[in-house]
Amino acid sequence: MAAKRVKARGAKARGPQPAATRPVQLRLLAHARSGDKGNTANVGLIALERVYYPLLVREVSAARVARHFRGMVSGVDRFELPNIHALNFLLHDALDGGGTLSLKTDAQGKVYSTALLRMEIDVPVGLARTLTRK
Amino acid sequence: MSAVNGRTVRIAAGQGFWGDWLEAPVRQVRGGPIDYLMMDYLAEVTMSILQKQKSRDPAAGYARDFVPLMERILPDVVERGIKITSNAGGVNPRGCAEAVLAVARKLRLPRPLRVGLVAGDDVLERLDDLIARGHSLSDMETGRPLSDIRDLVLSANAYLGMAPIVEALRGGADVVVTGRVTDTGLTLGPIFHEFGWSPEDWDKVAAGTVAGHIIECGAQASGGNLLKGWRSVRGLADPGFPIVEAAADGSFVVTKHPGTGGVVSVASVSEQLVYEMGDPRSYITPDGVADFTSIQLRQAGRDRVRVTGVRGGPRTPMLKVSIAYFWGYKAVGTLVYAWPEAYDKAKAADRVLRRRLADLGLEFDQILTEFVGVDATHGRLSGAPSPDLPEVQLRVGVRARERAPVERFTREIAPLVLTGPPSVTGFAGGRPAVEEIVAYWPALIDRREIEPYVRVDILDA
Repeated sequence: MAAKRVKARGAKARGPQPAATRPVQLRLLAHARSGDKGNTANVGLIALERVYYPLLVREVSAARVARHFRGMVSGVDRFELPNIHALNFLLHDALDGGGTLSLKTDAQGKVYSTALLRMEIDVPVGLARTLTRK
Repeated sequence: MSAVNGRTVRIAAGQGFWGDWLEAPVRQVRGGPIDYLMMDYLAEVTMSILQKQKSRDPAAGYARDFVPLMERILPDVVERGIKITSNAGGVNPRGCAEAVLAVARKLRLPRPLRVGLVAGDDVLERLDDLIARGHSLSDMETGRPLSDIRDLVLSANAYLGMAPIVEALRGGADVVVTGRVTDTGLTLGPIFHEFGWSPEDWDKVAAGTVAGHIIECGAQASGGNLLKGWRSVRGLADPGFPIVEAAADGSFVVTKHPGTGGVVSVASVSEQLVYEMGDPRSYITPDGVADFTSIQLRQAGRDRVRVTGVRGGPRTPMLKVSIAYFWGYKAVGTLVYAWPEAYDKAKAADRVLRRRLADLGLEFDQILTEFVGVDATHGRLSGAPSPDLPEVQLRVGVRARERAPVERFTREIAPLVLTGPPSVTGFAGGRPAVEEIVAYWPALIDRREIEPYVRVDILDA
């Protein structure tokens, strides 16, 4: 039921009138898992409900993610997986050399995913209310 | 007792990495019907650790845990007609295979065990020849040619695909022991052997690759490390490791044994799908290229997720070579500072430590400070910490090419207890250990340089 309501409001937000929005943390819209390939961390960001996916595609751009992680990574690539309502991000030079070289607690980027979930994106006020009520 | 149970083949994950839960393979074998048990042991730098062990003892060089595990499960495995695929062979698959045979003889199994041995992935002895013939084996990340670090190389293994596993199974092997075969090949091999598919049926290769990817990290696909709804995941004290039920049309179901803990859901499978992912349209293995954007997931009952629609493309002419080389040394020291002003005390201690390291003239490639409880995992994104933190762990790591500065660093942690900021504890572990750094160098090579060297032997107990 909640998902249906969300969808209606999402559709309204895409109309000609810019709807009022409010920032919410990604953790209310998505779950995530991360891993490593050498000195690159990957974060797979998966919509908690499929209706949130278009919002993620629109708001969580590679540029926004690069800004979120500025000073921590050298660059960001983004890939779309609409089939599982997910985005995959590659965060380059994120792991202090990676693998065995890295001195970081999170040498293999296992929890980089949760750092992305801190990011805030603007969502329609109605959706924000639904999400923060949960 | 046929391996093909109706029209599906059941492949169960027994180990997701070397060091995984030791009870898992036992429970996979006894907890319900399976046709194959696949056990993945090899991470990127595991081969170098094994190479080091082999250089000290020629009989070593494989995942030794595999042998006592075989001793535990072989009686059930033989009785139930289960077959096993594993890359536990490391840099000494023959030694591993012979150890399994020795165990089989000791157990007096009701029928002799056949062990398939896959070798030929090891190219350490061939490196100079390959370089001389123009193969640069450049680092895929940095582009540097291998000749830059040739003298430091400790191990070099090409990633093999499913072909030698299929061959071993066709030869009647009950247990297939390999060196550096891909994690996914351990699952693809049984599926292709059972259904007799052409290795150039690229969609089928891609489907099997996705199946292998989903179960290669064990319980990470069945409720372990699952973020979505983690509080509602039940029974993680006894997690059911994932099982693939592959069907003849290339589709498959991911499930687990009844009565086990954890969960198999679209969420648990999705999280595993994106784990260690690069470009989802091109998940490259020695066997083909899978397109992860084609995967369709559907909950098909409790703890059952149906996977359909997987598409793929032809294999590339190259194979990946995993090279490990000696880099230098590192050490990590920790101390715990208590309330009040725990974070400030830890920061002050870090300044004192760094000043002392500088005064000693020690040179490091890197000194990294983290404050566990404040910023260790999220860096500056962590925001301002509570001024009232009950404790903060100071964690300082150093890395250098030479051993001496790292060694001296390890002697500079304990003195902080009596010569630095107050309210410090947590030094019961003693001086930090100096660790050798073995770094990873991924490269590509023409598969024609590798495939003629791959050997499959069938050994009987």
